[in-house]
Amino acid sequence: MSQGTGYYVPSPSKWPIIGSTALLFMAFGAAFTMSKLPLGYGLLITGLVILAFLIYGWFREVALESEAGKYKAKEDKSFRWSMGWFIFSEVMFFASFFGALFYMRVLSVPWLAGSEQELLWPGFAGGWPTAGPGFDEKFTPMGAWGIPAINTTLLLTSGVTITLAHWALKKNDRGALKLWLFATIALGLTFLGFQIYEYGHAYAELNLKLTSGAYGSTFFMLTGFHGFHVTVGTIMLIAIFFRCLNGHFKPEHHFGFEGVAWYWHFVDVVWLGLFIFVYLL
Amino acid sequence: MAVIQDVHGHAHDHPTGIMRWLTTTNHKDIGTLYLCFSLAMLFVGGFLAMGIRAELFMPGIQILEPEVFNSFTTLHGLIMVFGAVMPAWVGFANWQIPLMIGAPDMAFARLNNWSFWLLPIAALLLITSFFVPGGAAAGGWTFYPPLSTQGGMGTDMMLFAVHVFGMSSIMGSINIITTILNMRAPGLTLMKMPMFVWGWLITAYLLVLVMPVLAGAVTMVLTDRNFGTSFFNAAGGGDPVMFQHIFWFFGHPEVYIMILPAFGVISEVIATFSRKPLFGYTSMVYAIAAIALLSCFVWAHHMFTAGMPVTGQLFFMYATMLIGVPTGVKVFNWTATMWRGSMTFETPMLFAIGFIVLFVIGGFSGVVCAVVPIDVQVQDTYYVIAHFHYVLVSGALFALFSGAYYWLPKWTGHMYDETLGKWHFWLSMIFFNMAFFVQHFLGLAGMPRRIPDYALQFADFNMISSIGAFGFGLTQLLFVYIVIKCVRGGEKAADKTWEGATTLEWTHLPSPAPYHSFETPPVVK
Repeated sequence: MSQGTGYYVPSPSKWPIIGSTALLFMAFGAAFTMSKLPLGYGLLITGLVILAFLIYGWFREVALESEAGKYKAKEDKSFRWSMGWFIFSEVMFFASFFGALFYMRVLSVPWLAGSEQELLWPGFAGGWPTAGPGFDEKFTPMGAWGIPAINTTLLLTSGVTITLAHWALKKNDRGALKLWLFATIALGLTFLGFQIYEYGHAYAELNLKLTSGAYGSTFFMLTGFHGFHVTVGTIMLIAIFFRCLNGHFKPEHHFGFEGVAWYWHFVDVVWLGLFIFVYLL
Repeated sequence: MAVIQDVHGHAHDHPTGIMRWLTTTNHKDIGTLYLCFSLAMLFVGGFLAMGIRAELFMPGIQILEPEVFNSFTTLHGLIMVFGAVMPAWVGFANWQIPLMIGAPDMAFARLNNWSFWLLPIAALLLITSFFVPGGAAAGGWTFYPPLSTQGGMGTDMMLFAVHVFGMSSIMGSINIITTILNMRAPGLTLMKMPMFVWGWLITAYLLVLVMPVLAGAVTMVLTDRNFGTSFFNAAGGGDPVMFQHIFWFFGHPEVYIMILPAFGVISEVIATFSRKPLFGYTSMVYAIAAIALLSCFVWAHHMFTAGMPVTGQLFFMYATMLIGVPTGVKVFNWTATMWRGSMTFETPMLFAIGFIVLFVIGGFSGVVCAVVPIDVQVQDTYYVIAHFHYVLVSGALFALFSGAYYWLPKWTGHMYDETLGKWHFWLSMIFFNMAFFVQHFLGLAGMPRRIPDYALQFADFNMISSIGAFGFGLTQLLFVYIVIKCVRGGEKAADKTWEGATTLEWTHLPSPAPYHSFETPPVVK
């Protein structure tokens, strides 16, 4: 639009208001559902469908603009700054849950087992893992050296494969690019499959549930949000895989690819934190 | 120079009517939307405040049932913080940052639109929550568990609203950071940026840092409420006090999010109307950065009485007092800027000086609250209410008025009514102090906050406070009238409306600023 600076300022767009409509349905749908009112799920699903449409449509438009050559060096720099700070905001989101985990393990559980709580919670020994002093149900904590260790290997490997894909893209080796990108997606999906199996195992055999006090809350919320981010990352990988099939990205111009790679590495690093602090220690 | 007024014939491919506002990607349109929305929310939040003050006009329960009173205080806080003050500052950022750094628009114009159009969703959630079974959230704007893990559907709606506000803020702040870092005109180095832009850059960093943490806290409350987690439930090994730590890790930087852009506006206005360059520009930048940094290490001063080791109390007490140092630098520099300046006292300057005087009072009462033994006495009393209304109303809101009068001529092309503007200032000044100064005495005498009834000894001061509050509320209708009058017409504003102004929007653009500005960037020497 603005020819002077050449910075691309898009024309009026319908996508944002579609996104707001999606959130309107989702927020009211979720509130209705949680209060067990009728229509809740209907509103929620309508919202999610609109959101899916929005994500597809908006990103498609941006990808097409990129391929049409509308983004030059300055726009590219904008994307880099913004993706970096977006990932930082995600780091802070996870930090709040890690903070909750550390607070419980280091402070609140030992306090509840302290001598001044003896009258309120007699016989509570503290220690970790625990479901807290008020919950009687026994559970087995999740071990680190089974599926979680395999999953660690899978994600670390996927970090390597996406880097190989990136190198191939920069050398304009389209075959290797598609191969390594496909491998990354396969590793991500395998990770998710194991994660789903692990949750089933936790609920069915370990009696470890979201409602299992401090341990259950932090275990499922941390791994759950991570799993959600892996899901989003995998969808992003699939999207750029199809863009690669359609001949998108050039060796010198491919921020769409790099942004996804950054995100994938971020998901990887969060997992290392999870493996150490949720599973191992 | 560098002004191209619609020569490309954009107008024909732009939707008109409601669709213009729904789909716009123009930073000025979006800025206007933000400002109108925040003004509307100021009156919604103000209506709730009037309800609170009407109930507190005299002892006994008159017009609001205690549960409704609790909802009023809760929603008053949430709407004023997330609906009025924060969007107002983003509105200023939208209008002014591209103009002040010589950019054609914000870095992400569509995202910018979405940041705005999320806000009405959140506002709708908050306002309609009054009419659902169980009524609106009533656990205070800080929604501490266990109050917030109880409550009905209204609480869930409030939590979703906070989520949506948070999304809007994160998107908006990333957009602002990117714009400032990447879109500046050639030659406009970081240390030449106007102070308002500096204030917003640091504010945006704070937003990206703490809004996701709030999202985490909100999520934990939602899962504790609805999915049986035990983050804030001692029986499960959690701790309600943990919520306070997470919340205030967000909440304290949040107060600086609301005041740092104000510091920027005041720096612009004081320098312009003193007809002198800002005294100590570099130290002003470092002072803002220092305030922002320190604000991340002081959160537990909000919870001195919630239970914490004495070492913790001492650390947070001293860290809090330390913020007084960079704040003192700023107040000193503003005063030094005025020293021997050729000052005139148009409405923006009046609000700026009012800001400095009253914000300093609020700052001092903040240092008083920071002292642990005193805080144990005054926590949850009207002293705290008086303190943060001095920094938020006569701080953030006065700076918003100052900025609005300062830039209205640039935005509309017309001068506002100076006489009415002065009336607005003086009435606001008198009624504000009438409403809130006496609350210091009420608090020191022990009147608790968030309670609809009080002992007879507090009756006189409460009546004075309520009359002041009603007067202050009515006075703001005058502001709406002045703005509408200014938009519709009036004396033509000069391109450089204020002779002391030095920033790009005054020196390089006509009044009103054209729909597309700085398509060719100006060169800054």
